[in-house]
Amino acid sequence: MASRVGRYTIKLESCPAVKGYAGVAGKKEGEGPLAEAFDYIYEDDTCGEKTWEKAESRMQKDTLTRALVKANITPTTVDMVFAGDLLNQCIGSNYGLREFGIPFIGLFGACSTMAESIALASLAVDTGCANVAAAITSSHFCAAERQFRYPLEYGGQRTPTAQWTVTGSGAAIIAKEGDGPFIKEVTFGKIVDMGIKDMNNMGAAMAPAAAETIKSYFDDTGLDPDSFDLIITGDLGFIGSRLTSELLEKENIKLKNFTDCGILIYDRKAQDVHAGGSGCGCSALVMCTHIFNNMRAGNFKEVLFVGTGALMSPTSVQQGESIPSIAHLVHISSTK
Amino acid sequence: MDYIKAFIVGGLFCVVGQILIDKTKMTPARILVCFVTAGVLLTALGIYEPIVNFAGAGATVPLTGFGYALAKGVEKGVREQGLLGAFTGGVMGTAGGIAAAVFFGYVISLIFKPGDKT
Amino acid sequence: MKMTKKEYDAMTKVKSPKSNLVKDMIWAFLVGGLICTIGQALLNMYKAFGLDKVNASSSVSITLVFVGALLTGLKVYDNIAKHAGAGTLVPITGFANSIVSPALEFKSEGFILGMSAKMFTIAGPVLVFGISASIIYGLILWIFRLF
Repeated sequence: MASRVGRYTIKLESCPAVKGYAGVAGKKEGEGPLAEAFDYIYEDDTCGEKTWEKAESRMQKDTLTRALVKANITPTTVDMVFAGDLLNQCIGSNYGLREFGIPFIGLFGACSTMAESIALASLAVDTGCANVAAAITSSHFCAAERQFRYPLEYGGQRTPTAQWTVTGSGAAIIAKEGDGPFIKEVTFGKIVDMGIKDMNNMGAAMAPAAAETIKSYFDDTGLDPDSFDLIITGDLGFIGSRLTSELLEKENIKLKNFTDCGILIYDRKAQDVHAGGSGCGCSALVMCTHIFNNMRAGNFKEVLFVGTGALMSPTSVQQGESIPSIAHLVHISSTK
Repeated sequence: MDYIKAFIVGGLFCVVGQILIDKTKMTPARILVCFVTAGVLLTALGIYEPIVNFAGAGATVPLTGFGYALAKGVEKGVREQGLLGAFTGGVMGTAGGIAAAVFFGYVISLIFKPGDKT
Repeated sequence: MKMTKKEYDAMTKVKSPKSNLVKDMIWAFLVGGLICTIGQALLNMYKAFGLDKVNASSSVSITLVFVGALLTGLKVYDNIAKHAGAGTLVPITGFANSIVSPALEFKSEGFILGMSAKMFTIAGPVLVFGISASIIYGLILWIFRLF
């Protein structure tokens, strides 16, 4: 049964297991360094659908289907699914999951949704609210561009700080028993706003939230970065992760074995992604393929996954507001 | 010779735009608004016409040239139609460009699909 | 975090890479200059066909709008713009691109509510401010003529 540790952290006594997981990717991601780990790579980003939004729904549908197969369970066995995405009203998830018949809890955590959904699914299982709970999210470059930025054929120049929204989806099935890895603790973050207004520099906007949540976790548990062989953030990118390290150093926390899903997912030079990958699908795809594979193989034993999200909308930015951010932390272990 | 003048002057207008892109937080839409308004203003002040006479397309092709066409159109309109011309002149002067943009926008969107940048 | 927003802003500025202004300016100059040179060639051609100065200029605008629109449809314009920056934004071809790209993009929401309604999301301000500026100028001219 879950118990609180310190001010913000929750310990999951039963260490729920990741029973199955899967990740599907778009073309660009399939040309990147982690391609071998992906369960499926689409030939092009339409995923066989007529619109980008439908393509994103298609990815979620395909991912959950594959994750269920790998977990060896049917949709009827799943007690609840926690899902969200970047699209207005989260239609990627709503339409992607509408046929599964699983009690549906829609979330909006921007790019932190994978961490948020895994945390909530694990809590549900640990507290007995669910025997099996699924966590899933996605993002699609084209759908995100047309909603947040510019039409695809628009001739704009991307800044060096800009990040590339990942086209991909990842799902994790959480249950009482399974091959793992295992969820030990979760720390939900607070909204942090350090006044960054630049929509082209999300890494800078999100870094303070990541630093804040990581610090809260270490303060609550008394642990330090030495206890972990991987600390991985969702999509801070090259700039945001540098800033997070620096912010934590000012608090006497020196991050070790620190990387970011947005840094891992693309070949920065060859794929011209400027500051790295971003989007809900970024951390979902990296965690639910590459990282979990490595954890099952015993290559990473204690992992801190910190999903990061920017909680603004085009409207708030046009109204002159800054970009508030959030970071949720999940401590994942390769053993119970 | 007029090609060289067009190249240099047109290129310089674009360099100004590039400085705005790189050095300020102005969005492209804001930059374009500045250019077109500057075109109207500079024409009104009598500064832009000499540049057009010197550089031809180097001054009319950049979006300041669109402002120039608006301003010249309105001058003609007021001359010929008085107060009514203040309203009709600008749009009449740029009618070709605006109509073309609307129509070709429609036609191209009928024929093509947006790509996914891969 | 024990840091003020100002301090964080300063930290961000140090850690965030800036665009290479010199390289960008060179590209903008070359591509923008080239587009204007093409415009000059078209202008000379239309004048040779017998059009007067104003109509020739108008015809150049229409032609370049068509070129910008076509290159946008062929998915080429954004690839040039990536390097050329203002070299493709400032010429009237950029105006065409800013109208055709949303038209293409929002086709999926239908021709009336999608394509045609969203056509001017980027270029609209150019027309609003340009036309308004011309009307203000026109009113000033008219008032001066009264005296």
